[in-house]
Amino acid sequence: MIQLENVVKKYKTANGYLTAVNDVNLSINDGEIFGIIGYSGAGKSTMIRLLNGLEKPTSGKVIVNGQNISAIRGKELRNARHKISMIFQHFNLLWSRTVEENIAFPLEIAGISKAERQKRVLELIELVGLKGREKSYPSQLSGGQKQRVGIARALANDPEVLLCDEATSALDPETTDAILDLLVSINEKLGLTIVLITHEMHVIRKICHRVAVMEAGKIVERGNVLEVFQSPKAEITQKFVSQVTETAGHKESISQMLEDYPNDQLIKLFFVGSKTEQPVISQLIREFNVDVNIVHGNISPTKSGPYGTLIVRIVGDTDHVAKAIQYLDVQGIKSEVINNAE
Amino acid sequence: MLNDLFPNVDWEMMWEATRETIYMTAVSTLLTFILGLVLGIVLFLTSPTQLWANKIVNVLTGSFVNIFRSIPFIILVILLIPFTKFLLGTIRGANAALPALIIGAAPFYARMVLIALREIDKGVIEAARSMGAKTWTIIWKVLIPESLPALISGITVTAVALVGYTAMAGVIGAGGLGNLAFMDGFQRSRNDVTLVATILVLIIVFIIQFIGDFITSKTDKR
Ligand SMILES: Nc1ncnc2c1ncn2[C@@H]1O[C@H](COP(=O)(O)OP(=O)(O)O)[C@@H](O)[C@H]1O
Ligand SMILES: [Mg+2]
Repeated sequence: MIQLENVVKKYKTANGYLTAVNDVNLSINDGEIFGIIGYSGAGKSTMIRLLNGLEKPTSGKVIVNGQNISAIRGKELRNARHKISMIFQHFNLLWSRTVEENIAFPLEIAGISKAERQKRVLELIELVGLKGREKSYPSQLSGGQKQRVGIARALANDPEVLLCDEATSALDPETTDAILDLLVSINEKLGLTIVLITHEMHVIRKICHRVAVMEAGKIVERGNVLEVFQSPKAEITQKFVSQVTETAGHKESISQMLEDYPNDQLIKLFFVGSKTEQPVISQLIREFNVDVNIVHGNISPTKSGPYGTLIVRIVGDTDHVAKAIQYLDVQGIKSEVINNAE
Repeated sequence: MLNDLFPNVDWEMMWEATRETIYMTAVSTLLTFILGLVLGIVLFLTSPTQLWANKIVNVLTGSFVNIFRSIPFIILVILLIPFTKFLLGTIRGANAALPALIIGAAPFYARMVLIALREIDKGVIEAARSMGAKTWTIIWKVLIPESLPALISGITVTAVALVGYTAMAGVIGAGGLGNLAFMDGFQRSRNDVTLVATILVLIIVFIIQFIGDFITSKTDKR
């Protein structure tokens, strides 16, 4: 388990102190994939670097695997780091070493014998799907392959925690998904805890169990990914959620609708879990004597079930429309009347 | 035939002088490489935000490097006469040139080492730290291998400069091709001796450059 208690990190800069992490309390369970999302400069990297002691907190406590990381140093800290490994946005591989030599590096650091190293490297190369590239140098690999080397290297000493600092931010969308799938399979196969930071809600949606939203050094919202998607509270969280639920042209089409049909109700429906699979709309039309025009729809699968939004225009008697909305409510589908495109 | 072209050249002496130049260059290059590397690494690691961040050591090392880098070599040789005499008991011969050669070249090379190390991606050092590497491991397995092409091209430039320094040291009695060209060629107006000595120096420089370039490109996997 990972625990942060009243953690503050201040940096001394030319114009006074800068508080990068501001009184953060957080606990992350064993075996979960925990995401931290925030814009650039929010303090995410600083926070994740506190977890392996690359930074020391100005005050507060950081506990990982039962060890007070903020208090240990020297050999004790170095040994702790064998079990808390890290992958990076720009991979940070040694260009002077081949794939297999890069993966062997943490094993050399841990003092593993040569024969043992070779055996372990082979397993890891297999695990991350890099067979045949053992003798390549990083400069001969694609971004996705480089990150696979980074992951293999991070797993070499059987860590209990894997820290990912924007691990997919330098990759194209398809490669991002492949790397995220790899992280999930590692999490399931090896049972290690993954803490990842990102500025993309897509990453959180796709693989995280829980999420914390960071803004100006503080955690402004946290919870189950599905819950946060369903009812984001902080304004910044709502923005992140709309990153994945709204497509290009979404706002334009809504404002067009509002303009063209000022008398009809435009309603946004939220479906969660199994509700996404029920034929609610056809029941609505059949039972309430209304017409339903679909304006926009979207389903996002998350780690704890699918989550969908549907924007519809309901046409009919005011009375019937009100009843229809009531019916949705009874069905457990949240609805929201849209009055403007924001 | 050679004797017709260069009537005054004593080939025995020329060969002896060539061997002395090669000896002085090789030994001083080796020791400059070691001393310069140590100084460069200390300069790098003690600079702010680095692993051994230490203002005092950094400023002291930096000043030492900058002062000795700025002293003209011929003056350095003269300044070091008492030191050399104390160390070796003589100021004549190939070995007597070595202290001045090394002290003149090592700060020059240390500067190049520092520049090479600064070129290393900070993230790679951080990755090694995150794996629990000791500073010593970082020096041997990250800093040196990751900057190797620049370290080698730097020592190549330094070795070429050292060939020039040996010739200057030769003028004040250290032996080698410079000494021969000055004493036997210039002072006795035997131009053919000066010419042959010059050609031999050029050949040595070309060979150094060739080997240096070859190893640099071999080690560069970027
Ligand atoms: N070593 C440092 N010295 C001074 N300021 C820093 C340092 N590292 C980060 N910061 C500052 O702390 C804030 C948070 O940075 P960071 O944790 O990198 O944010 P993020 O990863 O969310 O983009 C930024 O304002 C950044 O400029
Ligand atoms: Mg960052």
